[in-house]
Amino acid sequence: MTIKVKINGVTKSFEIQPDDFLIDVLRSNGYLAVKQGCDTGTCGVCTIHLDGKAVLSCVVLAAKADGCEITTIEGVQSEAERIGNYLISEGVDQCGYCSSGTIMSILYLERCIKEPTDEEILHYLNGNLCRCTGYSGQLRAIKRYMEAKKNERG
Amino acid sequence: MISIKEYIAPKSIEEAYNLLVSNKGCTLIGGGAFLRMGAKSISLAIDLSKAGLSYVEEKEETFEIGAMTTFGDIERHKGLNKVFNNLLARSVGDIVGVQLRNLVTVGGTVYSRYGFSDPITALLVLETDVKLYKQGIIPLRDFLIKGSKERDILEAIIIKKTGRIASFQSMRNSKGDYAILNLALSMKDGSYSIAVGARPNRGILATKTMDFLKGKELSKEVLTEATDIIAEEIIFGSNTRGSEAYRRQICKVLLKRALEEVKGYDNKSED
Repeated sequence: MTIKVKINGVTKSFEIQPDDFLIDVLRSNGYLAVKQGCDTGTCGVCTIHLDGKAVLSCVVLAAKADGCEITTIEGVQSEAERIGNYLISEGVDQCGYCSSGTIMSILYLERCIKEPTDEEILHYLNGNLCRCTGYSGQLRAIKRYMEAKKNERG
Repeated sequence: MISIKEYIAPKSIEEAYNLLVSNKGCTLIGGGAFLRMGAKSISLAIDLSKAGLSYVEEKEETFEIGAMTTFGDIERHKGLNKVFNNLLARSVGDIVGVQLRNLVTVGGTVYSRYGFSDPITALLVLETDVKLYKQGIIPLRDFLIKGSKERDILEAIIIKKTGRIASFQSMRNSKGDYAILNLALSMKDGSYSIAVGARPNRGILATKTMDFLKGKELSKEVLTEATDIIAEEIIFGSNTRGSEAYRRQICKVLLKRALEEVKGYDNKSED
């Protein structure tokens, strides 16, 4: 079957099987910054935005995405780089494997809540597991990023 | 590993229902978040995501929540957040992460009558009906016991605005994990509704405890007696998350916390 999606602003068609999962279709079509982790909907490294909402691409049937808008981290490179720099400055960039999923969740948090509390940040990041940096540094980095964005808004 | 031979996303519930009753081996797909972990062979998958069932409608006396509404939508819905002390958002807020909650649907969890479900326990203490496409509206409490009499599609759940004050409590090994036990409680005019879920079987009402508490002042002695009654009346089981004995003890704690929380709200409203 064929699905038609708008991915990172570009309309594309993909030939898929009815039981293909979205992560596999994305990665096999070159969107390799979408990382593959647990494949059970738990770890969050495969996070993308589907019609503006953060979802786990490893558990979404590719067929479900037909007619939808998809954003992968390749589509938000400048924002991702900026958040990545905040993560680096707090020393939470070790292996980097979880970073693309984490950054997609941070961007989703920003869309939902402009000035999140610590509790809200942790709530939105609860679905992103990181095994080598710890979460305190991530929280510091996100707070600094959000503060900078708030100052820019004036 | 799952396999799907054919996939259809009907544009209406009528179309979905016709496909359902005319294809014996077909499977309805809601959020589909748990498909990955299954090993099912599906001849025809009928995906409800394009059937117009994702909505929350606030009416004068009810909330109607479409079956394909995700937990994430419920969590962020301003109208739902204003009622029952945010009970529904609290009941879904610790389920894995926001990305999974943006996929998992209320219809999927209610129709499947999952034992581990948190929102089913919360819905049980409200006046909740399920709206089935063919069989019409039936109380959630009956649906959970009997299930659907025939192949049908859950269209929506309907919650009456009763002005009840409520609390949701759960015990988990870690935030985001499945509940070892959950408990929801609502109260109005001294009348309590209490449900316990993830026992690990599906949520049920604690009717003896509800009868005991009716009209009583929540003194220390009453709280202690209520926790003894609920631990006695609810049937618990054991699985890898917790033993029957552990769940029995945890249930007492969750009930005490819920009663104390509701008592706090009640005192505030009297002030």
